[in-house]
Amino acid sequence: MAEIDESQAQREAIEVDRSKGDFKYEENYAFDAGVGLTPATIDYIAKVKGEEGWIREFRQKSLKIFQDQPMPTHWATADLENIKFEDIRYYLSKGQKPVRTWEEVPDDVKKTFERLGIPESERKFLAGVEAQFDSEAVYSRMKEELEKLGVIFCGPTEGLRDHPEIFRKWFGKVIPAGDNKFAALNSAVFSGGSFIYIPKGVKVAQPLQAYFRINAENFGQFERTLIIADEGSEVTYMEGCTAPKFETATLHSAVVELVALKGAKIQYITVQNWSANVFNLVTKRGVAEEDAEVRWIDCNIGSRLTMKYPGVVLRGKRARGEVLSIALANDGQHQDTGAKMIHAADDTTSNIIAKSISVGEGRSTYRGLVHIPKTLSNCRNNTECDALLINEHSRTDTYPAISVRGRKNSVQHEASVSKVSAEQIFYMMQRGLSEGEAMSLAVNGFVNDLVKEFPMEYSVELKRLIELQMEGSVG
Amino acid sequence: MPDSLVIKNLNASIGDRPILKDFSLTVPKGEVHAIMGPNGTGKSTLSKVLAGHPDYTVQSGEAFIDGEQIIGLEPDVIARAGLFLAFQYPSEIPGVTIANFIRAAIVARQAKGAPFDAKAYYNELYAKMDALKMDRKFTSRFVNEGFSGGEKKRCEILQLMMLKPKYAVLDETDSGLDIDALRIVSEGVNAMRGPDTGFLVITHYQRLLDYIVPDRVHIMWDGRIVHSGGKELALELEEKGYDWVKQDLAKA
Repeated sequence: MAEIDESQAQREAIEVDRSKGDFKYEENYAFDAGVGLTPATIDYIAKVKGEEGWIREFRQKSLKIFQDQPMPTHWATADLENIKFEDIRYYLSKGQKPVRTWEEVPDDVKKTFERLGIPESERKFLAGVEAQFDSEAVYSRMKEELEKLGVIFCGPTEGLRDHPEIFRKWFGKVIPAGDNKFAALNSAVFSGGSFIYIPKGVKVAQPLQAYFRINAENFGQFERTLIIADEGSEVTYMEGCTAPKFETATLHSAVVELVALKGAKIQYITVQNWSANVFNLVTKRGVAEEDAEVRWIDCNIGSRLTMKYPGVVLRGKRARGEVLSIALANDGQHQDTGAKMIHAADDTTSNIIAKSISVGEGRSTYRGLVHIPKTLSNCRNNTECDALLINEHSRTDTYPAISVRGRKNSVQHEASVSKVSAEQIFYMMQRGLSEGEAMSLAVNGFVNDLVKEFPMEYSVELKRLIELQMEGSVG
Repeated sequence: MPDSLVIKNLNASIGDRPILKDFSLTVPKGEVHAIMGPNGTGKSTLSKVLAGHPDYTVQSGEAFIDGEQIIGLEPDVIARAGLFLAFQYPSEIPGVTIANFIRAAIVARQAKGAPFDAKAYYNELYAKMDALKMDRKFTSRFVNEGFSGGEKKRCEILQLMMLKPKYAVLDETDSGLDIDALRIVSEGVNAMRGPDTGFLVITHYQRLLDYIVPDRVHIMWDGRIVHSGGKELALELEEKGYDWVKQDLAKA
């Protein structure tokens, strides 16, 4: 009977472990924009941030666009209609300024990030960390040697204030406010996120990391990230996200703009583990100039609905774009993810590998767009979408839109759907693995070739998150 | 019986078709028992039922591993209690390497959070692969994916040797093997024979028993054992064919 006791102990250990993201501390905010969204909300946010002039106008104009645009439910899920914009709180902060040592971070907030393991990761392998709690960053620090090289790593508020000449040149250029309804919403109320500038030729060896934490109920988090890699520079940026489980819906709607100038390389890694009440509607796009490379690694775990299609505009000759994405849809979740590759110069190449896993009643959708106009030559795209279904009720759909014209361009598209069979599970269980262990092994096998492309630390984290999801999905 | 695999009056069906009918058998630790019988007589069902396969329903009866009742337990609990099944048709697990698979199986047997000695593990794994004449490159191949019949069976025996169960059930391990592979697989099993392990070798043909010489041979017919004897029974059966059993039964 020892085995049974052991598996019970295991389950208990997981309960504790699973709550890693699911905890919250008391809310007491010095600045609260209240519930609902009006021009007065915008004024309040701008005032708290001390913003004037063009950025205030940009916010107000974006609000107008947001209000005028219809919900995209003609192609997207009707679940979007369930977002109650009038019940959401758009700005919450304790009036904190980002500090440079964890000792200065208020105790409860510090505890939050300690439980999430952020300071430990920073010591181990990161070049810089920014930690955001609801609307504002509480901690921001980068290694001194990078600062000396002229690397900038701060929030958009500080970027706008301290580096207006770089900020204004690129802000809202890759993703204009009118790009889509949620990009407009973000443009109106954005707060937090990262502003990064890597000077010419600087290669940042270790990743810069941001961590986004939602703590308050009925809250909307709208961080805004802008990364500019100047000519010949290289950077890896990593974002992690969590929120506690609330009864009510929470909204996360970020905008991320990447600019890779001539010969630069940007790698942007997301490992999100949202709780099942979060609407996660994010617009991410990068521009790659001549010989530049933009690579998105996007791991979507959790959330009620995720809609996210990272894109690359290949604007310079020989530019390269890549999206590697993994989406896991558990019971009651819908992962609507994909990629966009817009070829706008000769000799450009793009690669999309999307793997989705649907568990229980989970649903995953791949939506892709590849565009190569006929005026171009020698452009190549490779698209691969693989779906894994864990049981009868899960669902997967693929909507690849590939428009390739011109004789000298090539495209390759492959799609597959596979299932974890009862015989596979039995075989693994006969070797002593529990049902949950067997399923997570099968899922990890399915994503294995893609995960090998990830930096080590993130592949370990992803493997652990998959294990937690699969353990939790066994009855 | 504390040191035996004991099966008592087992009745099991798939759907509403009864397959095992009052099946009883005892395999003491340290012995090799062979079950022979024609196709469709319930040999594979027996192995699946013992391993806890969810497709089969047990109406009545019991099975014990060293006194611990296993019928009704989850397959993984039965496996960790000490029963290993070498499959006739092992499943493929895409993306999972043999090394990681066996490692996961060993970790599942350890106490939660116990450290895993990777160096010792690989030393042992390589030694056993050498014994089975398996190329080291096999460790990084995905479990059973694209394997030949012989490679699959060798991989089953490798797992058996690494997991060291109390009792091993070999389900038609000889099917799909050429004579060289048969010899290598048999050597692997023979190397494991000893006081700590009991074997139940299920086979249709006598051929395998030339290599794995059994202590006892049982003939299965219509869901139960109808004849038991020493190793010479297998030869007798080979000579006279299964019709002999049928006639014998008709007489009885």
